[in-house]
Parts: sequence; structure tokens; C-alpha cells
Amino acid sequence: MIHRECGVLKTSYEADMAFYPLPIARWTVAVLAVLFFAVIPLALHEYYLSVANLVWIAVIGALGLNILVGYTGQISIGHGAFMSVGAYTAANLATRLDSPWPVNLLAGGLMAAAVGAVVGIPSLRIKGLYLAIATLAGQLIIEWTINHVTFISGGVQASISVPRPRLGSMVLSSQRDMYYFLLVFVVLAIVGTMNLVRSRVGRAFIAIRDQDIAAEIIGIDIFRYKLLAFAVSSFYAGVTGVLYTYFLGIANYEQFQIGVSIDYLAMIIVGGLGSVLGSIFGAIFITLLPIVIRLTMESFGGLFFAPQTVLNLIPNLRLMLFGALIIFFLVVEPDGLNRLWRNIRNYFRIWPFAY
Amino acid sequence: MSDDFGFFLLLLSNGVLVGLMYALIALGFVLVYKATDAINFAQGEFVMIAALVVAGGLAAGGMPLWLAISLGLASMVAFGFALERVVLRRLIGRPVVAVVMATIGLASILRGIGPSTLGAGTKTLPLPIREAPFIVGPLFIPPIQLLGAAVSLTFLSAFGWFFMKSRKGIAMRAVADNQQVAMAMGINVERYFGLAWAMTGMVSALGGIIWGNLLGVDVNLSLVGFKVFPVVILGGLDSIPGAIVGGLIVGIVENIAAGYVDPYVGGGTKDFIPYVLMIVALMVRPYGIFGKRIIERV
Repeated sequence: MIHRECGVLKTSYEADMAFYPLPIARWTVAVLAVLFFAVIPLALHEYYLSVANLVWIAVIGALGLNILVGYTGQISIGHGAFMSVGAYTAANLATRLDSPWPVNLLAGGLMAAAVGAVVGIPSLRIKGLYLAIATLAGQLIIEWTINHVTFISGGVQASISVPRPRLGSMVLSSQRDMYYFLLVFVVLAIVGTMNLVRSRVGRAFIAIRDQDIAAEIIGIDIFRYKLLAFAVSSFYAGVTGVLYTYFLGIANYEQFQIGVSIDYLAMIIVGGLGSVLGSIFGAIFITLLPIVIRLTMESFGGLFFAPQTVLNLIPNLRLMLFGALIIFFLVVEPDGLNRLWRNIRNYFRIWPFAY
Repeated sequence: MSDDFGFFLLLLSNGVLVGLMYALIALGFVLVYKATDAINFAQGEFVMIAALVVAGGLAAGGMPLWLAISLGLASMVAFGFALERVVLRRLIGRPVVAVVMATIGLASILRGIGPSTLGAGTKTLPLPIREAPFIVGPLFIPPIQLLGAAVSLTFLSAFGWFFMKSRKGIAMRAVADNQQVAMAMGINVERYFGLAWAMTGMVSALGGIIWGNLLGVDVNLSLVGFKVFPVVILGGLDSIPGAIVGGLIVGIVENIAAGYVDPYVGGGTKDFIPYVLMIVALMVRPYGIFGKRIIERV
């Protein structure tokens, strides 16, 4: 952008791996923090804040899935089910034991991590397509179990209503409260992921993704790290599920069906596999897509179609655009929105020169 | 013969017939995997679209049955070719997740296109066969299932012969085994990819006609596709006999389990047992009963 990277001399590994080698980058982060913590929540209407909340929830889930798929190279079509595990754990704890939300959040995450690690066990013997199908089976089995075991799902319609989270004596009930509540976890998730992937564990994940046999030969315990990747990713998913439950005020299994798993896969593909920023971009993009389609069709659809047709068309249009986008990104820009962003940034970084 | 044994035989026969019909859908899956090493997560949607085309031709177009069926077959074959040309050819050499996601994206598109162009309501797909079941002792056999099983067996053996004996089939296996070597031997790899997808389209069209007659034609018909995964995992992703054996196992197990377990858990066993079976199979024998073992060396 406007800054130049002249005269940067790195003398240590730490300096090379630093997140913000230039002061201006730190300023950017500070500005973003002010924007997201102060300006946006105070300026936006409740409805837009609720949309922003949905985006925050998706960001956490997408980060978790990207650790597994983007960084470790293990496909999972069971992310939605891991979320439901977290959601129902928290909902049951909250309604039966009346436990506070930090306990529920942690328990939901840990339970999902445990279930995720179990679903990940086949990854030790199989990979690629077979693993994708195995996690698909995991998704369907968990879905069925939650739906049919009334002890978990709470009977009617498999939904449990959950009290709002409270902070001291304050009940977080408005969208603005939820916004701050969720944003804290988003920041934690982003910082956590960024540090995880450049740590010893993260490097092991990347080695497994790039060439698992070679990774094993240089002494990486594949068994441990693959299961760890599943556990960490599912922990994020579980937390996502719990947060979503608190956001809606209800745990409902329909919110965690296989379509959700696919939505999250789409987020990381559209955003960029193996990139933190990409997960954020993808989560924003895929979450806003149906909302934008609905608003567009409601405003302009009437010009071309009868009102009844518009209503029928919206869900179908969403499906078609969603699929088309996935394919478009796979074919045209496999590195996703993150790559597009980097291209734009690099263009301006050296501007007005061509190279 | 006691009633219990009669009940068991009924479940068994039903399982065998349904299993063979699953095998027909699984065949489409195996054909693609065998030739292109890609997995088609949109198999169920292929079936749904084919059935929609046939049902739509019958209902809206007022076509005779033979014309509607040929239209369905032709459009699915064309669709298979086009799909390979437009999308999948560009994904050659990409990681597995790319192909998986491309077919998932395709499934999403088809789910949107189907209802919005051909109507969302459930359509019937009448075939000129009798509806009343044959009753043989304790058995209770709907003719459509018999027809489905017959079509399935015919095509499974035809494709089995094709891959083992015919020149094109052998070329296709060579392509699947090693694309670069196949190219070096003068095989036009891309053409065989297209052929494989077209064959899948054809098999899906047949599956769509039979399953569509049985279940009615709407978006939910694509759920049949989910049954394909346990079938092919049990049999082996790249094996035609595996599709039959896997189909039979899944059909029989799910019917018997549903017959005996459903009264206790309140239904839904059918949607559950195949996946448990599949997970067990993946643990014990990851590449299926007839699957090709992938051996890796550094």
C-alpha cells in the first residue's frame, strides 16, 4: 500500500517469522481493532449486527476447518456434525445443570474434540477420497444419533432452548451484546490459529499435508498429529456450535446438517485453503451470499418474475450460485480470495513500477 | 415353515432386489472412479436430474415413453461429456479435495436447476408394467424391483465385459492406472475421461427411471445417492463385482436390520445401519472387498 519495505534487514529467525515486521502493519491492526470494536457496533443497525454475528460465528468454524483441510490436508465432510456435538453438549449442560456459559463452551469444545478425534481414526489407514466418505459417514451417524436419542436431543423437534449467556449480572440479550461476546472469541480464534500454524505442531501439520510419508520418515508421529488436527479442528467446530446455540437461543439439529458441512468447505475453498485470512474472507463471502441474493431478488426480482416465482426462485438460486461459485473458484483461482487480495496488495506495494 | 422364517425370507428377498438396484447407481460411481480416479459426489443428483427429464418429458411434453426415455439417456450422455469438458478436465492433477468439492458444487447446482426449471412438485414416472406384486409363498415382490434388478445385472455384466475384454475398456483401465504412461502409449486420455462421464450419465439415467418410478420424482430422489457410498466402500471403489456385492450386502443388511430393529427404536434404522457398516469396513478392510490396494513407497 502506501508503505515501502526499503531497508528491512532481518537478522534473526524470530524477526523473519514476526507477524508485523513493519510498524505500519501494527497500525493497520490497531485501526481494524478500533473499527470492529468501536465504530461498527455503535454505527450499525441491529439487523446488520445480527448479520455480522453470523459472520463471526462462521469465521471461527472456517478457521477450524481450514486447520484440518487446508493445513493438514485431511478432508472432512463432518464439520457440521462436530458443531452439533458442541451445541447439544452445551445445551444439555445449560438446561440440566444450569452451568455457566464458560463451562458449557469449554465442555462443548472438548466433547466435539473427542468425537472428532474418534471420527478421525480412519484417517490413519485411509486418505483422500476414502477419508472424505468416512467423515461423511461420521456426519450422517452423528446426525441420526442426535435426532433419535431423545436424551440428547430433548424430544420434540430435537431442539433445546438455552438461556442467554450472562456476564456477572448482565444478560447478553441484544445483538450488540452478542457482537462483543462473539468478537472476543473471533479474536482468540484468529490469534490461536495464526500461532498454531507457525508452531512446531503447525509445521508438522503442513509436513503431513505436503507429503505424509516423507513426514513420517523425518520423525513426525503421523498418528498423533493427524488425530490432533482432527481434535483441534473439532474443538473449533464445537465452540462454533456452542456460540451459534447461544446466538440463536436454541440448539436445533437442523442447523448442523450436511449442508452446513458443505457450506464450511465452500468457505475455505472460496477463501483460500491453508490461509487464515482466506478463512475470514470465505466466511464473510459465503455467509453474506444468501442474504445478498435474497435482498437483490426482493428488490429487483419483481421486475422480471411474478412475486410467487421470486419466492420459489430464491432458495434455488442460492443453491445454483453457491455451486457455481465453488466450481468457478476451483477452476479459475484455486487459491481463493486470499490470493486475489495478495495480488491486489502486491500490485500496489510496488506501484507505480511493474516489478 | 414358520412365520418368523417367512418374515426373514421376505426381508432377505427384498434386500437382494433393492441391493441390486443400489448396485446400478453404484455402477455409475465405479465407472467414473475406474477411469478418472475421481469421485462423483453428485451421483444422486445425476439420478434425480435424469428422472426429472424423463418425467418432465412425459408430463409436460406429452411424449411417448420411449421418446422420453431416449431423451433422458441422450441428455445425460451429453451432460456427462459437457461436464468433463467444461469443469473436470481443468482439475486434472489437482488435489483430491478439489475434485470432491467440484462435484459437491455440481450437486448443489443440479439441486437448484432441477426444481426451478422442471417444477418443484413430486412427479410420477409411470412405466408400462403391472403394479400388483408377485406373491410367491411368503415373498412379496413388486415387479418394478424385479425389472430394476434385471436392468442392473444386465448393465453390470455388460460393463464388466467392456472393461475386461473390449479394446476401449482396456484402454480405459490403462488411463485409470497411470495417465502419463497411457498418454505415452498413444491413448487419448481426455477422450476416455469424457467417455467415462458419459457412461455414468447413461447409467444414472437408467437408475433415475427405475428409482423415479419407485419413489416419485422430486429433489429428494437425489438422497438415493447417499446409499452409494456404503455400497462402493464395501465393494471397493474401482470394482464392478464390488458394486454388486456391496449393493447386496447393504440391501440385505439394511432390510433385515430395519425389519427387526425398527420396532424398538422408532424407525430410521435404514438410514443409519449402512454407514455403521461402512465405518467398520473402513477400519477392517479400507479398500473394500474387491478394491485395488494402494501401496505407497517413497
